[in-house]
Amino acid sequence: MKKEFLARILVILFILIAVAIPFAGQWLFSRNRINTIELHARMPENGGWSIERIDAVVDEPIHLRMTSDDVVHGIAIGKSDLPGVDIYPGEFVETTFVFDQPGQYTFYCTRWCGPNHWRMRGTIDVSGEGRPLQPEPQPLFVTLDIDIDSPPIVETVPTEQVSAERGANFASLLPTYAIDRTTYLSTSPAVLWMRLRAESALFSLSDQDIWDAVAWIWQRQTTPENLENGQRLYAENCAACHGETGKGDGVMVRNNPVWDPGNHNMDKSSGSFTGEGFVRPRDSSDPKNLLGTSPALLEGKIIRGGMGTGMPYWGPIFTSQQIENLVSYLFNFAWGFTPNENLD
Amino acid sequence: MVRLDLTRYPWALSILRNRWPQFLLRAVTLAGFVFTILTGLFGSVVGSHNFAIIFVWIAWWTALKLFFIPFGGRSWCSICPIPMPGEWLQNGGILMPRGKGFGLNKRWPKALRGSWLQAGGFLLIGLFGALTLTSASVTAFVLLFIIVLAFVLSLVFERRSFCNYLCPIGGFTGLYAQAGPVEVRVKDAEVCASHAEKTCYTACPWGQFPLALKSSANCGLCMECLRVCPSDNIAVNLRPWGSDLGPKTKHRLDEAFLGLIMLASVLVDSAVFLGPWGQIKSAAYAIGSTPWFIFAGVFLFAALVILPGLYAGAVKLSMLMGSSRTTLRKSLAKYSQVLVPLGLMAWIAFTISFAFAKFSYVLPVISDPLGWGWNLIGYSNSAWVGQSTSISLLLQVVMLAVGLAWSSRVALRVSGTHRQALPLVTFSGIFSFSMLWLLIG
Repeated sequence: MKKEFLARILVILFILIAVAIPFAGQWLFSRNRINTIELHARMPENGGWSIERIDAVVDEPIHLRMTSDDVVHGIAIGKSDLPGVDIYPGEFVETTFVFDQPGQYTFYCTRWCGPNHWRMRGTIDVSGEGRPLQPEPQPLFVTLDIDIDSPPIVETVPTEQVSAERGANFASLLPTYAIDRTTYLSTSPAVLWMRLRAESALFSLSDQDIWDAVAWIWQRQTTPENLENGQRLYAENCAACHGETGKGDGVMVRNNPVWDPGNHNMDKSSGSFTGEGFVRPRDSSDPKNLLGTSPALLEGKIIRGGMGTGMPYWGPIFTSQQIENLVSYLFNFAWGFTPNENLD
Repeated sequence: MVRLDLTRYPWALSILRNRWPQFLLRAVTLAGFVFTILTGLFGSVVGSHNFAIIFVWIAWWTALKLFFIPFGGRSWCSICPIPMPGEWLQNGGILMPRGKGFGLNKRWPKALRGSWLQAGGFLLIGLFGALTLTSASVTAFVLLFIIVLAFVLSLVFERRSFCNYLCPIGGFTGLYAQAGPVEVRVKDAEVCASHAEKTCYTACPWGQFPLALKSSANCGLCMECLRVCPSDNIAVNLRPWGSDLGPKTKHRLDEAFLGLIMLASVLVDSAVFLGPWGQIKSAAYAIGSTPWFIFAGVFLFAALVILPGLYAGAVKLSMLMGSSRTTLRKSLAKYSQVLVPLGLMAWIAFTISFAFAKFSYVLPVISDPLGWGWNLIGYSNSAWVGQSTSISLLLQVVMLAVGLAWSSRVALRVSGTHRQALPLVTFSGIFSFSMLWLLIG
């Protein structure tokens, strides 16, 4: 009977050890991590970020210990220079964020984890002393009252490849308003072309010459560095849907129906959580689409998103400069300029 | 045929007879079982970082097919923890022989005897396999369900009814243990004949009578008979592989069914897990969706219609070529032995195809069993995804070739003439080449 007793003790002891390992281990490991927030990244279909609101104080570091429960994700803070971090399934990565200005920040997923990737966002509310984040000025599309849900389609487009370099030759002939930044922001290339075409001073120029001049006007509003920055942002954030060349054929939308202007309104119950009802973005490389669009409209679209089309809102994530760079880069598609190859 | 009786060696006999070595192993596997359920329930949802997934579906499942069965027949059953809690009550103690404890001790219903339910259980594993094999929590619930079911059944029914009639792994190991190199038999039939008490039968948790054992399929190698035999008349033999397979052993129709289900399962598993068809994979995974119903339909059609149809056709042809007058039912049962080496070697080839590549996950999950970022033994980040090497490919071809040759030999032994064996050999050939195509092609 002694042996039987010993055997029973052993069975119970072994089982207790088996049960103790996870719980004791959890307790031991968590003791060292009192000030650490454990954040699980999951595709929105699987629950999204495990924590969607984090409270922080100015200059007090937030330690995050992160892992992914499904696919590769990433984390970054919108409108900040804090470096992003990749989060791999089953592995833990730690990072520390420190904020020197109070305000509301957006953290978001930086890896194309799925069709609802852009829904992976959360906020960090930073309180405390210091100069608060500057509120963004009202976007131009609001002050100009542009209906960004009905982008116009134009018929007058260049018949040949435009050249900003050639256009520069006509710079001295152009009226002052044409090179004014306000005109650039609020006017589409097609509208500006029509206004210039009607200018008597430019009668001697051919239609193509005027397109070249407009392309030059667009080019002088940006710099090669800004274009490069725009290209990088586009590749990282936009190409998965809009396609590398702006055709609207990115990997995330290939199975979606093609964009139809008739469907483009926010009354439809499209854009459900599953991605059903989403359409492909329109073809930005078709000049008829983009040349009728003003920079203010594009900026508005990026800030506010597509409302029901699946296009995310980037307002809380990109700085105004980043959006401006993106807009400048987008027009390259319409002009038919090949993107710089010098960026990998 | 040649046999090596291990009980002739005093040290081996004492290890086998003493309850402690086996008890300690079972106590460890029981604790491991509990630990696996906990890691499955509370650990990382990422399968490759969860002990439950890696230990059940990579380490144990591989060890069962590459080690326990080929070298020990039902040796896993002798240390399996699943019946342990139930037997504790049934026997009134952990180190106790059978039958002094608690339980209704009812006999298992006749209608449910045989391997039918085990085969059905294996089919279910196949149908839901893609989810079970990748989800730690589902794995944990399956394990929990199995141990609770075994426990409850042991309170109602006598002996190891769960193991005998329900456990799909019991069906799997029992079927292929016939080809294994270990057997428990009596040394001298005369001694048993003169012994009126039949203590061995009374003690056997599997309900076997050692004197009548012709096949190792239903002997769980628990050594209870050896422990109670007053005349030391039980032998534990090492024997040539496949000794049970031949014209002399009796077989039932359910063995053919079980053998065919196993063949269908290894084909489907190879197609789902190793094949290049992403659509099959996602269909197998999307349980409840239309593609899954199509997958399930095709699987069931292959397992219940195509393979049995081909097999029955081969058996019928074989009957037509011979002169003996037996029923189709009897012949289907008799030739089921052909399916044993064929299936066993196919399962081994299938296992080789992923085992080498995936075994590198074992150390990391020991280091961090719950995928919580621990590093207990310093191996947490050492997983590498192995490649199928040419050695592994060669081994798979060799295993399939051995399976074909072996099953052909069994077909010949069972039928007696080349003419009659030919249809069965053709059946084995079609199956082996299908496996070859799925694994290598």
